[in-house]
Amino acid sequence: MTDLQSAPAPKWATEFDHTSDAYAAVATEVWDELRETCPVAHSEAHGGVWLPTRHEDIAAIARDTENFSSEGVIVNIFKPEGLAPMGYAPPITSDPPFHADARRLLLPAFGPKAIASLEDGARDMCRELLDELLVPGVDVVDAATAYAQHIPVRVIAAMLGLPKEDGDRFRLFIHRIIEKPGEYVGTLEPEDTLLYYLTKHIQRRRNEPEQDDLIGYLLATEVEGEPLSDEQLFGTIALLIIAGIDTTWSAIGASLWHLAQSPEDRERLATDPAVLPLAIEEFLRFYAPVTMARIAATDTDIGGCPVAKRDWVLLPFPAANRDPEAFEQADEFVIDREKNRHVAFGLGIHRCIGSNLARLELTVAVDEWMKRVPDFELAAPEAVRWSTGQVRGPRELPIRILRSVDA
Amino acid sequence: MRITFDRDKCQGHGRCYALAPDLFDSDDEGYAVLLVEAADGTVPPGQEGAATLAADNCPEYAITVHDAS
Repeated sequence: MTDLQSAPAPKWATEFDHTSDAYAAVATEVWDELRETCPVAHSEAHGGVWLPTRHEDIAAIARDTENFSSEGVIVNIFKPEGLAPMGYAPPITSDPPFHADARRLLLPAFGPKAIASLEDGARDMCRELLDELLVPGVDVVDAATAYAQHIPVRVIAAMLGLPKEDGDRFRLFIHRIIEKPGEYVGTLEPEDTLLYYLTKHIQRRRNEPEQDDLIGYLLATEVEGEPLSDEQLFGTIALLIIAGIDTTWSAIGASLWHLAQSPEDRERLATDPAVLPLAIEEFLRFYAPVTMARIAATDTDIGGCPVAKRDWVLLPFPAANRDPEAFEQADEFVIDREKNRHVAFGLGIHRCIGSNLARLELTVAVDEWMKRVPDFELAAPEAVRWSTGQVRGPRELPIRILRSVDA
Repeated sequence: MRITFDRDKCQGHGRCYALAPDLFDSDDEGYAVLLVEAADGTVPPGQEGAATLAADNCPEYAITVHDAS
């Protein structure tokens, strides 16, 4: 540090706050440092929270649903209580045995074959966005706000049967729920809430003929002769709006951020299209966006470190993905990495149900971008802003287009 | 070479059937199905590389290859 005016860095082992800009700016360095010096860190932020950073510990927690509950998955001062086993957004917030049926309801819609059928539509959306971006005389564009963030919004709105024009509103819900959890509680007008939005649309849909989309499917679903409870219906739709958007947009943005700084990897993608599937998995490993959380269900331990019942525990899958004990050359981006057991989508029974969709969107977003914009760089590295909270990706990403190709 | 698959560990990540489509398929829920189960897991000639890739990319360690030796 040469700037004497700047605040001292927090003591990461005891003072981290994952919702702060200071942490967001250097999160990968924090994980690497902690893994070496204090692999299970603890902070008093948000009422107290644990941060394991070793792959082994993170995997063990993800698989241990007896000692670690999913009743709460976003760390904030308002800790859910009494909502298990369903939780407020099933199945991500559900514990066994409720979890399995709530998840099975959704699996076919997100299975590989169902998702593969969305590829052409997703490519068209990317091309439309690029057509809007690439206009004569404009050489700097924001790849996060003008490209990446629109792709998952449009895809998920179409899957659910919600207006794609509501993207701004979805992003506002996500900002409040994931990026700044707890900060807006008590400050919102009822009409501004996700619950109000869902109530309005679900009421409308109940009065309309059945439609062939996910909301239509969930409204028509019966379990043992009964429709889903309102709690399950609302919670599941809320989850589908919240979980599939900033996560994927973060992965797309981070991948373009990487490519903007790596002429070698741009060249490799351009000359060797077969490397794309491997590259996508390496983007997911190296820039995994999602950190999950659990609430300890018992007095238990993480790698020998005692944890009290009801304590918050962060599950930083991106930190697990950079653990040298689990990956060779863990701190290097290897575009054609062949052995890649990354855990970007988590592990165990809560493995991201949208992983096929996320892979599809990331693949077509990078592929279509590279076809139209084979050469680009960061226009202003210092202007890149990374999100705070449990989903990590660039929220502002000014890119200078060095060469573009007509459609 | 033989390949074995532990269905109880599979969580439907889908890496195996993407990387080794001649050895694995998915069921309707996205969980993997080992196609060479009937052949006692014997990997057909030419599929050894795909089998190794499938095993090396399973985040749940549900797939094991056994080299003939």
